[in-house]
Amino acid sequence: MDINAGDTAWLLASSALVLLMTPGLAFFYGGLTRAKSTLNMMMMSFITIGIVSILWALYGFTLAFGAAGTASATSPDPSNGLWGHLSWDGLATAATTTFGAQGDQVPTIVFAAFQLMFAIITPALISGSIADRTKFISWSIFATIWTTIVYFPVAHWVFDSGTDGSGGGWLANWGVEDFAGGTAVHINAGAAALALCLVLGKRIGFRKDPMRPHNVPFVLLGAGLLWFGWFGFNAGSALAANNLAGIAFMNTQVATAAALCAWLIVEKIRDGRPTSVGAASGAVAGLVAITPACAFLTPLTSILLGLIAGSVCALAVGLKYKLGYDDSLDVIGVHLVGGIIGCLYLGFFSTDEINPAATNGLFFGGGGTLLGKQAVAALSVFAYSFTVAFILGWIITKTIGFRISSDAEVEGIDLNEHSETAYEFDTQSSTGAIPSGQLTGRDGAKDQATSEGDGG
Amino acid sequence: MRLVTAVIKPFKLDEVRAALTAFGVQGLTVSQSSGYGRQRGHTEVYRGAEYTVDLVPKVRLEVLVDDDDLDDVVEVIVRAARTGKIGDGKVWSIPVETVIRVRTGERGQEAL
Repeated sequence: MDINAGDTAWLLASSALVLLMTPGLAFFYGGLTRAKSTLNMMMMSFITIGIVSILWALYGFTLAFGAAGTASATSPDPSNGLWGHLSWDGLATAATTTFGAQGDQVPTIVFAAFQLMFAIITPALISGSIADRTKFISWSIFATIWTTIVYFPVAHWVFDSGTDGSGGGWLANWGVEDFAGGTAVHINAGAAALALCLVLGKRIGFRKDPMRPHNVPFVLLGAGLLWFGWFGFNAGSALAANNLAGIAFMNTQVATAAALCAWLIVEKIRDGRPTSVGAASGAVAGLVAITPACAFLTPLTSILLGLIAGSVCALAVGLKYKLGYDDSLDVIGVHLVGGIIGCLYLGFFSTDEINPAATNGLFFGGGGTLLGKQAVAALSVFAYSFTVAFILGWIITKTIGFRISSDAEVEGIDLNEHSETAYEFDTQSSTGAIPSGQLTGRDGAKDQATSEGDGG
Repeated sequence: MRLVTAVIKPFKLDEVRAALTAFGVQGLTVSQSSGYGRQRGHTEVYRGAEYTVDLVPKVRLEVLVDDDDLDDVVEVIVRAARTGKIGDGKVWSIPVETVIRVRTGERGQEAL
């Protein structure tokens, strides 16, 4: 195998960075929920790591990327514009082939590992819109099916440029620009989030009870982990340790910084005070918007994109109160809106000054062609994901049920779906003054005997 | 004997405790509590959505005192806990029938 060691090392590191985004997202979302549902919120992210990793090895990679990098072994590429192919070889071919342009080749299995992490975080993003009220088993089934019939094909549409000119996705072939997943990840997840919060309905007490974020430091911790991991997401999508990765890295940083500031400025003007949750949300909105665009903009136009995304998303999160849908943690206001902004912005500001492979946008002499393509891409991904998620959500609701009982929801989903609570609120037990419980179930008697033997 | 109960601002606890110790009070009980008085609660804003927080965190402090010391102890607490701003809290006292020290069985004034 003739591989580029530097590129391979960067892609392996990027894969680990992108994986970390999902636990980061769990903290971001977990902090935004109320204390009684924080574990369930975090579990909805963690379960996607479990489920999607297995799907990816079984059939996900080939369904999304067809014969990527294996054209010599299986030419011609059997993929079409809508989906890859089902090889059922369990990544065996990927383990023995290479992927990428001459000189920048990496082992195909490394590319597969990198793309797996994107497939993991995309369904996890959806979970924010259905906080506090979703049956865990139903969510797991939804994540399995949605990832299979929506994410894998859409990733193929956008990311798979095929091999030797054949087998690419229809949007990739058509010249749509999406460097790291503004359409396939963010619009895709945002559309499904909208569908699900409509299917599931509002939380009990929406717009009436206080639903304050229970742990704002968690929100900031999660935003920090997401930001850190996002360098793997964006700069890693260069699939090489080269100049383009550097451009994506720097654009990601400045756009995110600008969005953080913009969100705080909106809050200062509108509410009188800049907030910590606003800083964290602004950063995420900037990261979302720069994702499709990071390799096609100059650093200056990236800052402008960040300013637009931060301020528009800060206003968009208020829409749910006006329109009456309960997108609990603002997946639509941040990911759908941010993704659309980044996707369309390319139609105006994409430039080949910085990346020879880029198509020029409207303001760089390229006319309106790219803008039209970007709009079609955003719209088709939105329509497909929304429709499938809505139908799938409806079927789950009608069969096994998608929501927990209202008693369980009021008492707390953590206790009712997982038999756990995130926090020990009985302050006396931490001092040892009054034991707050005892082992009663499996192994209870045995453990008690042991602890007595230890003098405990 | 009297039980003096004071509900004060949490950050004033150290000053009140120091003032009571200086006065000669031997012990007190402190618990975290929450509530509201004339100041009502406050508002918090998360992603533009405004929430009214009705119950404000307070510290509840309880001291058992001899009848003769009552006025002085109340005065010490009030002086130490005052900021002059709304929400400083309240102090009140009630009569106590008897007090027993658990370790020795002493009753009444000896147990204070």
